[in-house]
Amino acid sequence: MRLVTAILRPHAVDDVREALTELGVHGMTVSDVHGFGRQRGHVEVYRGAEYQVDLVPKVRLEILVDDDAADGVVRAVVETARTGRIGDGKVWVQTVDEVVRVRTGEVGSAAV
Amino acid sequence: MPVLAHVLAAAPTSSVHVDSGDTAWVLACTALVLLMTPGLAFFYAGMVRSKHVLAMIMQSFACIAIVSVTWVLVGYSLAFDDDAGGGLVGGLHLVGLAHAATAVPGTDLSIPPLVFVLFQLLFAVLTAALLTGATADRMRFEPFVVLVAVWSVVVYAPVAHWAFSPDGWLHRLGLLDFAGGTVVEMCSGASALALVLVLGPRRGWPREMMAPHNLPLTLLGAGLLWVGWIGFNAGSALTAGTLAAGAALATHLSGVGGMIGWLALEKRLTGKATTLGAASGAVAGLVAITPAAGYLQPLPALVVGLVAGAVCLVAIRLKFRFRYDDSLDVVAVHYVGGVVGTLCVGLFAATVVNPAVTHQGLFLGGGVEQLGKQLVGVVATSAFAFAATYAIARVLHATMGLRVTADDEHAGLDASQHAESAYELTTTSTIGRSHG
Repeated sequence: MRLVTAILRPHAVDDVREALTELGVHGMTVSDVHGFGRQRGHVEVYRGAEYQVDLVPKVRLEILVDDDAADGVVRAVVETARTGRIGDGKVWVQTVDEVVRVRTGEVGSAAV
Repeated sequence: MPVLAHVLAAAPTSSVHVDSGDTAWVLACTALVLLMTPGLAFFYAGMVRSKHVLAMIMQSFACIAIVSVTWVLVGYSLAFDDDAGGGLVGGLHLVGLAHAATAVPGTDLSIPPLVFVLFQLLFAVLTAALLTGATADRMRFEPFVVLVAVWSVVVYAPVAHWAFSPDGWLHRLGLLDFAGGTVVEMCSGASALALVLVLGPRRGWPREMMAPHNLPLTLLGAGLLWVGWIGFNAGSALTAGTLAAGAALATHLSGVGGMIGWLALEKRLTGKATTLGAASGAVAGLVAITPAAGYLQPLPALVVGLVAGAVCLVAIRLKFRFRYDDSLDVVAVHYVGGVVGTLCVGLFAATVVNPAVTHQGLFLGGGVEQLGKQLVGVVATSAFAFAATYAIARVLHATMGLRVTADDEHAGLDASQHAESAYELTTTSTIGRSHG
């Protein structure tokens, strides 16, 4: 099994979720996160004092898939979330040793 | 107050002739002034970080409790009893409000004296609460309680006597302070500066960004303040008539001018007009008109607001230049705004608005005489409030310790001082078990 993690622009999430549903992905975990990469932050002004805000809001998607589905998921995420501008985010894949479904106790691919 | 003192001074302490219209108006204004302190609490609370919100609000609410008690016990007497000497402080005949229902010494008001007691009590409450914006995010609660109790008696009550009592030396000198440019705004602003010098800056200031956590709260608070300020200023006419009407209009126009002045300059300096600027500018305009509301015609009131809005925005730079951490800019808005307004009385005061104006303002052909009296009020109030507050703060810092520990400051005053948190926005933050 693989864990696909994607850091994306917040507004890309809906499109990505729809694309993955069409691929047969049954679930994902979504979190609000902040970070920085090559994209610069923005300036905020409070009572005339300017502050550089370096951390940019992003969304993290975590998707558990079978080994042979990982490439397709990564491709779908990248194609759907790409705008071509700095700040589109990153996707990476890790190998997962074991997965257990809490309700049934199923393990491995059956639990994905 | 000056109107009662100017027009009605020297009236013997006698039975009160109550006018129901005047009484109804000032009673209503009293409620409006009470609204200002919770309004201020929200104005301030929105500007602090999310871990200090409740502590900020708690300090304002604590001022309502503390100063109400000190005022009826001794503060009112020191402010409004017959003079104890030199116009510096009132006597002790009204301690515990003994005889307070009979008359307000030296005046012949058309409202029951107890209405005046409560109206003035709420001025004292608000003035103390104003201090909390400067010292935000780093003061322990216990010494704060002691500080406010002592300050309301030792600093506020005498300054109120100087300008508001018919016996006060600034009042006899001819200072025109309609609703508290010196007594409320400058007194709190100068005291706030003394407090932050003793207290020191928030950890991380000015390197770390300490952005407001909830500006809608701040705008809500500014709105409540604006509404309450009508009662604060127009109620200070202490009658329901032309003077109150003019003061209400002047107050509103100056708030509007303040918002426009601040936003126009801010847009020019930074490229954006901000909501925090709108709220701050309106408050700056309302601060500046406080000493002037009952002496100015409408258009000069608008000008006072415009000037105050722009000047107070620029004054915020002072804390970065001189490295004092006035967290929420009490000095820049209330002290500087109070000075602007108090001096503007010397420029724009008009006899046609208020017969208490014996020397018209400089711009109305009255020369510099009134401006000079206003300047004396500015200097004297600033010097006394700063020095007395500095001394009180030093003593409390040496005995009780004013500051929270580094750990408590990092954890936030909500958790460390009050064992609460303002916002429970995640499920994990409410997982816990009672030890009861």
